[in-house]
Amino acid sequence: MSKYIQRYTETERINHWIVAICFILAALSGLAFFHPSMYWLVNLFGGGAWARILHPFIGLTMFVFFFIIMLKFWNHNKFNHNDRKWLGQWRDVVANREDKLPEVGRYNAGQKALFWVMVVSMIVLMVTGMLFWRPYLSQFQSIGVIRFVTLLHAMAATVLIIGIIVHVYAAIWVTGTLRGMTRGSVSAAWAKKHHAAWHREVTKQG
Amino acid sequence: MPLQSLDITRRSATTTPSPSARQTTKVAKLIDVSKCIGCKACQVACNEWNDLREEIGVNHGAYDNPRDLTANSWTVMRYAEVEEVSAEGTRLEWLIRKDGCMHCADPGCLKACPAPGAIVQYSNGIVDFHEEYCIGCGNCITGCPFDVPRISKKDNKAYKCTLCSDRVSVGMEPACVKVCPTGAIVFGSKEDMIEHAEERIVDLKERGYKNAGLYDPQGVGGTHVMYVLKHADDPEKYSGLPKDPSISPMVALWKGAFKPLALLVIGFTALAGFVHYVKVGPNEIEEDGEEKEKA
Repeated sequence: MSKYIQRYTETERINHWIVAICFILAALSGLAFFHPSMYWLVNLFGGGAWARILHPFIGLTMFVFFFIIMLKFWNHNKFNHNDRKWLGQWRDVVANREDKLPEVGRYNAGQKALFWVMVVSMIVLMVTGMLFWRPYLSQFQSIGVIRFVTLLHAMAATVLIIGIIVHVYAAIWVTGTLRGMTRGSVSAAWAKKHHAAWHREVTKQG
Repeated sequence: MPLQSLDITRRSATTTPSPSARQTTKVAKLIDVSKCIGCKACQVACNEWNDLREEIGVNHGAYDNPRDLTANSWTVMRYAEVEEVSAEGTRLEWLIRKDGCMHCADPGCLKACPAPGAIVQYSNGIVDFHEEYCIGCGNCITGCPFDVPRISKKDNKAYKCTLCSDRVSVGMEPACVKVCPTGAIVFGSKEDMIEHAEERIVDLKERGYKNAGLYDPQGVGGTHVMYVLKHADDPEKYSGLPKDPSISPMVALWKGAFKPLALLVIGFTALAGFVHYVKVGPNEIEEDGEEKEKA
């Protein structure tokens, strides 16, 4: 048995980091417009007008690459019976009593839930963002639609930012996880402990 | 604009008080629609004073020219033909309204603007755009209950009527007021303008316009551009002047309660992660003891 198991291919990793970088840039420029206390962030983009110009292009790039990764991972993120049980035992998850949790496949229920939160918020952000994109697309919408989608855009962005904080924290918290996305492989011990069913599956094949 | 920098009541995207040492009298422009003859002198004066020229348009079979407000035309005359049905029969009325910024006491544009200082409200009530700070996002359009601001195609900055803040700050009346040949537009303190409007309404009522009244919508805290309307019961007749305008609940939620709440939840999530790490510690692989000891 090899010490490390391949978890993400090179393409998947590059794709993930494009989405990640776009997310950081889109979130920072978006937050700058969201609250006066964060307006100084526009300086990272060359001022207010530049932040306004760049934000939609960054967002669109993020969505395109997210869409590719989403199609790839869609099938791995379907909920099953064990997932419901896992979610019900969230106290054990948070308290690090992993041995009490039901066996996990490639992704645990938390990762799956987060995947769907990201899918929904990304789609909402893209659709609403397109509808009030000035000066290119906003003129085709009534003011009522623009007001509604602007609010929805801010709400979806908040949900996504919270989701990403959880995503990043989980990767830090569960040591050895980050390696999967930087080097592409995880240790066999990591896989056995956190994704036993997946570990069994891949080692059987190998 | 810098002339009035000491009497700012509100500044867009600013959470601390604005320079407000100087207090000025609340002003208002009163447009008596019943006296307006639709000559467009006000439009011309606006272009003249602000040194702006509209592009030559096309004739589309109506008097409205230009057809709508633009980044260069901050005021336009809107002509509505309305059939008045009464006991005496049907009568055609030509309702002409000078459209432009209403200078709301509670301005939706200022509430929605994300750029600090791009929109200011002076203590005299004038709401002014400072285009040099404008980032061209168009949130002012989203926030405005009257559909007034326009983004220039040339420079992507938002423009609208300034109520001639430059003239008013040195004791002059707005250009449109100065030039109006019938006295349909008057300017003064808001108090005086309300008083003047009341006299006009009494006169109009005597002449049979029993629904005559003042348009100073309280949904936006009152406005610093007011109308005397013959049909104040139905302002929509005047090319869609909203009956009871207010900042849209969507905009109010977006720029009101949601904004601090969202930040709080985001901040709390990040903090919860930190506290969790300190309390519970990382989720490490214990079985892999050998590797760890080596390291």
